Amino acid sequence: ADIISTVEFNYTGDLLATGDKGGRVVIFQREQETKSRPLSRGEYNVYSTFQSHEPEFDYLKSLEIEEKINKIRWLPQQNAAHFLLSTNDKTIKLWKISERDKRAEGYNLKDEDGRLREPCRVTELRVPTLKPMDLMVEASPRRTFANAHTYHINSISVNSDYATYLSADDLRINLWHLEVTNRSFNIVDIKPANMEELTEVITAAEFHPHHCNVFVYSSSKGTIRLCDMRSSALCDQHSKFFEEPEDPSSRSFFSEIISSISDVKFSHSGRYMMTRDYLSVKVWDLNMESRPVETYQVHEYLRSKLCSLYENDCIFDKFECCWNGSDSTIMTGSYNNFFRTFERNAHRDTTLEASRESSKPRAILKPRKICTTGKRKKDEITVDSLDFNKKILHTAWHPMENIIAVAATNNLYLFQEKVN
Amino acid sequence: MFVRGLKRKCFDGEEDIEGTLAGIKAIPSYNLQRQSLLDMSLVKLQLCHMLVEPNLCRSVLIANTVRQIQEEMTQDGTWQMINTQSTGQASLDRLVSTDILCRSSRDQAEGKHVPAYGTFNKDFESDQAQDSSETMSTASSVQPPRNLQSNMWEMENPQENKGNFQKSLDQIFETLENKSPNSVEDLFSEVDNSYYDLDTMLTGMMSNTKMGHCDSLETFSSPTNTASNSNCKSDLNDLDHIVEILVES
Repeated sequence: ADIISTVEFNYTGDLLATGDKGGRVVIFQREQETKSRPLSRGEYNVYSTFQSHEPEFDYLKSLEIEEKINKIRWLPQQNAAHFLLSTNDKTIKLWKISERDKRAEGYNLKDEDGRLREPCRVTELRVPTLKPMDLMVEASPRRTFANAHTYHINSISVNSDYATYLSADDLRINLWHLEVTNRSFNIVDIKPANMEELTEVITAAEFHPHHCNVFVYSSSKGTIRLCDMRSSALCDQHSKFFEEPEDPSSRSFFSEIISSISDVKFSHSGRYMMTRDYLSVKVWDLNMESRPVETYQVHEYLRSKLCSLYENDCIFDKFECCWNGSDSTIMTGSYNNFFRTFERNAHRDTTLEASRESSKPRAILKPRKICTTGKRKKDEITVDSLDFNKKILHTAWHPMENIIAVAATNNLYLFQEKVN
Repeated sequence: MFVRGLKRKCFDGEEDIEGTLAGIKAIPSYNLQRQSLLDMSLVKLQLCHMLVEPNLCRSVLIANTVRQIQEEMTQDGTWQMINTQSTGQASLDRLVSTDILCRSSRDQAEGKHVPAYGTFNKDFESDQAQDSSETMSTASSVQPPRNLQSNMWEMENPQENKGNFQKSLDQIFETLENKSPNSVEDLFSEVDNSYYDLDTMLTGMMSNTKMGHCDSLETFSSPTNTASNSNCKSDLNDLDHIVEILVES
């Protein structure tokens, strides 16, 4: 199994897609509750597996293009088939996943095994009939959106109009129509005329869940810009600019690096957005640009270790974050296969671990605690014993229920709220 | 399994120092820490991964860190050229070689994407006023900076880069040879001295704290009487590392 690079539930939560470093997409489907297997509800089983992207070679630059899937985004379902967008560094693809459970039999011109019949042997005409067959799930690429990005794509986001989507790389954001592959519109371009003046890149972008003209993008300097596509064709001028003033007492050489935003997500309500930087998660009210309304420390104990984390490159890890369906809880990952949930109203946070040892099927996860002072209590884990190779970068929350998907390197964990 | 460097204390670990006596000995000099961070950042910029385009965001963040350190050092006055003939030449060459090394490691990658230190180059230019003509000619492949910096983020003209690379290599070895010492070690120590003359803090006491950085910092942890020797040794390790990269190409 390869390292999982993205996890995403579809709009109903019945399907869960994962993309990996090898360019594969694996889709899991939730088992329907049946009388014969009452406990199976909530289990996800493999539904479809396909190779989305292959490694490529850019001959002009003499560089490999990785097949790693950076993001998957589902389209809302409009017919029996399911559609999703998957992207690597350079190319976005629209995939159709459809089921086939019937087969036509009784062709006039073909034998049952598919060989063509001699026309002179056909003595009578019959109407082919549909017979049931074993369920087959087919994935087929329907569109390929290529050659629009010079830099590495970090985000894709489907618009609420369900007809367009955006793709963002380090310096540019493009707007596409799902039906048109040979043209895309550039809506943000922050590439400086003189590349030596480059000091800031785009790190993430997302469309507003309800307003099809609004999107946000975050930067490596810890700022978020909200843009309105009605104001101009090129949205280099933002409508809103979100930045928290820096705390001068905690300034260090690493301040900029840890302020770089790795993920931005609108709340389901559309009223708030959440940003993840290296040490914290912040919730912003779209009506207030001056500072976030809530800040949650994910692993503040790492602040004193920033130099080591810079040395081993961990400081550049890009953690994602997600909301639950009702926007009451937010979740993000950390190191040592820990992930954290923050209940906003109850002001409660929990640290859980995604590992084989601590997750027996149907067992309740025990909350974990990091020891930050000298004296270690029983069951506490010291900061020095954290494994920084075990990082949880990708998590997803079911849109309606309390089911979460946590990707721990090359393993996928699914946790569910215990229902009595 | 722990990631390398985690248990070693960098200058993160100040709060763990106990006792006044130990505290006095153990407080790492700020300039030392800053220097080590600068070195680490430059190494990171040099070691670009070859086959795939490196992460632009990471490169920009590291370059910004380098710029920040550099600005602070300029304000402090520690980023100065010593204008005497012998040391001046050596210190300029030291900067030249770092600059060329950064570029050559990109060329090592057969003309791959390389992040930069654009302002590093700029400051270098402005400080060249003294030895302009001579250094200009030896640094001919450093000029024009435009060429270098436009290649910073985008790959263009890999063939040109290869040509520059060859010139840069020749220059480095030329400047090294011109020193005419007998042993390589003497050569490096001579270069080192001039380099550390730039950073006046290092003529003072050496700290006893363990730093979380490669070998160069760990040599600082052992107090020695001959401060300059330990300077040389640590920077020798540094330079060894850099020359190793060159030689491997």
